[in-house]
Amino acid sequence: MIRLEKRPQPSKLWATMTPVLAVIATMIAGGIMFWMLGKDPFEAIRTIFWDPLFHETFGPYSRPQLLVKAAPLILIAIGLSLGFRAGIWNIGAEGQYIMGAICGAAVGLAFYPSESILLFPAMVLAGAIGGWAWAMIPGFLKVKFGTNEILVSLMLVYVAENLLASVSQGLLKNPDGMGFPGSRNFRDFPAAYNTDIIEGTGMHWGVAAAFIAVILAYILLTRHMLGFQVRLAGEAPRAARFAGVNPTRLVLFCLGTSGALAGLAGLFEVSGPSGQVTIDFNSGYGFTAIIVAFLGRLHPVGILLAGLLMALTYIGGELAQLMLGLPGAAIQMFQGMLMFFLLAMDMLTHYRLRLKRPVAAQ
Amino acid sequence: MTGDLRQADALMTLEGLTKAYPGVVANDQVSFSLLPGEVHALLGENGAGKSTLVKMIYGLVKPDAGQMTLKGETFTPVNPAAARAAGVAMVFQHFSLFDALSVAENIALGMDNPPTPRELSARIREVSQAYGLPLDPERTVGDLSAGERQRVEIIRCLLQNPKLLIMDEPTSVLTPQEVEILFETLRKLTDEGTAILYISHKLEEIRSLCEHATILRHGVVVDTCDPREKSARELAEMMVGDTLHVPSREHWEPGDEALSLEGVSMTSPNEFGVNLRNVSLSVRKGEVLGIGGVAGNGQDELLAVLSGEARASAGAIKLSGDEINTLPPNARRTRGLLTAPEERLGHSAAPEMSLTENALLTGAVRENLVERGFLRWGKAESFARRIIEAFDVRTPGTENAAGSLSGGNLQKFVIGREVLQDPDVLVVNQPTWGVDAAAAASIRQSLLDLAHKGAAVIVISQDLDELMEIADRFTALNEGRVANPVPTQNLSVEEIGLMMGGGEGEVAA
Repeated sequence: MIRLEKRPQPSKLWATMTPVLAVIATMIAGGIMFWMLGKDPFEAIRTIFWDPLFHETFGPYSRPQLLVKAAPLILIAIGLSLGFRAGIWNIGAEGQYIMGAICGAAVGLAFYPSESILLFPAMVLAGAIGGWAWAMIPGFLKVKFGTNEILVSLMLVYVAENLLASVSQGLLKNPDGMGFPGSRNFRDFPAAYNTDIIEGTGMHWGVAAAFIAVILAYILLTRHMLGFQVRLAGEAPRAARFAGVNPTRLVLFCLGTSGALAGLAGLFEVSGPSGQVTIDFNSGYGFTAIIVAFLGRLHPVGILLAGLLMALTYIGGELAQLMLGLPGAAIQMFQGMLMFFLLAMDMLTHYRLRLKRPVAAQ
Repeated sequence: MTGDLRQADALMTLEGLTKAYPGVVANDQVSFSLLPGEVHALLGENGAGKSTLVKMIYGLVKPDAGQMTLKGETFTPVNPAAARAAGVAMVFQHFSLFDALSVAENIALGMDNPPTPRELSARIREVSQAYGLPLDPERTVGDLSAGERQRVEIIRCLLQNPKLLIMDEPTSVLTPQEVEILFETLRKLTDEGTAILYISHKLEEIRSLCEHATILRHGVVVDTCDPREKSARELAEMMVGDTLHVPSREHWEPGDEALSLEGVSMTSPNEFGVNLRNVSLSVRKGEVLGIGGVAGNGQDELLAVLSGEARASAGAIKLSGDEINTLPPNARRTRGLLTAPEERLGHSAAPEMSLTENALLTGAVRENLVERGFLRWGKAESFARRIIEAFDVRTPGTENAAGSLSGGNLQKFVIGREVLQDPDVLVVNQPTWGVDAAAAASIRQSLLDLAHKGAAVIVISQDLDELMEIADRFTALNEGRVANPVPTQNLSVEEIGLMMGGGEGEVAA
């Protein structure tokens, strides 16, 4: 008989080990799924995890893509992790991401065809403010009326998606686009284009911002009073109040920061890799970032690694669709498995397994 | 010789009962016997294994080894229903009653074959009169006082005509008058031959009620005695296994007024909380003010308005003459008002965080542990280490999670954290709740030392003995109101009971 036994304190070893184990378990379960779909499981796993980095033909193309995909995930997940640590659940990063992109892009497009070097920084600022403002709506409603931030932030995603559809066919539509929906392409607008810092590496300004966010979040959480308050509020809300943490300020700080970072990610995406505001430029990064935040244990360095891993499964997944004809849904299943195994294995941090022989009946 | 005698006439015997949990042996070879009609005390510090032992008798926990007999026959209850059927009843420390139902309905719910409501009501009346426990079967439990709720539990047990009644800390929620009524009932029961196994921390009670005591320490029976022949201190030393340091109070000269509340009212933020109503009191430098009262009469709320977690809706709170009602917790700490709430895990300390982080929790402003928003971990750790050393907190190190400490050790840490910050006014709620005798004595001494150094100390506690020992003046909280504080010296039990409220009616009955 196997029994679960609560550990006296959470195991640090297992807290770092579980993500690794979860990845391995996902590979095994995913392999079985691919095998049931009639594909060679080893080839599928290799295509997803190995080929994007080391394949002779695809590697050079997909390696820069890794950073391009990972940057928005990391940037958003860092912001979300602060709130999640404090027990403030911003589920609507996707909406803040879209609003950041719209606001930032609007500032850029308003000054077309300016060549000012101040234009791009202004767009960055506008993107951050757009995301921040969108996140302030659930924040304000929560502190004023006690609404649930999970529901409000999630609902606002759909509002943002509709706004995106509206502006990409109306307000921000390319006047020279011959009636096609979508804004001007930023690739043809150098002052507003989020270019590679080092040519051909995929290392655009958003990647730099993501790395900076990781470092700042790490310092905040380990060295700063505000980070301590965030952790305290999550671990023991009553103790946080007792210690003088102002819950209103904390809610607004966490939602605001995560909104601003999501907005930044949106702006960097729309002005760079995506290139234009279109009805579907957002590829669900805001939701995937939630997985990344938890996969990274809400720890900045963990999130950095998790973001890269998640980007790898995206790119590898696309590659597997292309090369092996795996259905897209199977790739999504695969990513879902990762989240499932991670949460399931979380138990090992707090509990240990004990083998115990059943006591013989007397 | 007496052992053999007891064995022969015993109602119940326990032989070598052993129960181990992962990492701890809760009961190791526990043997003793209970005579019919005796009140048998089970004494021991927290974690000595009392609860596990009675749970085995009541069929909630299965022993790993050992036997029990009841009236000479082997007794192996598989569940509480079997134990009840055999004549063993238990009154728990925490009541299991539904507020929305009537007394009779609640009692019917706990019975295996309840009679019709009319018969049941009649029997409840009959039993409650026979044992001097006035109780109306038609009343809704939600409207009853803690003492009356306990009567519901007791009557529920008595309806089964138990041969053995187990009571776990029955007096912790009662006023002194209610305790007297309870003891009368128990004496009537023992006259009829019912044995009572009585668990309590209150040694004076045990001395006045019990004829025999079994003392447990670390799961082992270390001693037996007749508590009537021992002093409370001797009993405590038997429990602790060491000589007990009794806090000493030197003569004090009251200084200036340090903290005062003038007509403070507050609506409790908690749905089931108690509103503070027009609370006025003051405490002087060098004085210990004791605030007694049964739990749930506004203790948490009073602490919250003082700590700054809640604001008074009316009235004034003045610290050295300055109004502080609108100040947040840390601004009050800066001005010298420190507090320690009752609940250790999750309120005064964060259980999953290290002791260093918990030192930072309230020490940040006064101990200068933060510089321009950045934490000074080195300083925080040395502060934590200072607390651990000065207050003899048993822990491997400052990196350990607060939740891994025993209740007494964590409480020493929490009190030490506030005392070492050298407060002008310290307010503590239930400072020794769930803390073993030795740790409790050292906590009380540290509060006295603090007062001696000139600080004003407010101790909110349910433990009257504790307040009599350390407080200079006494008052009590009753439904969110406080009586006018009176000097502790020469205060009679009757006066205390009246201040705690609900006294008059009970005495008349």
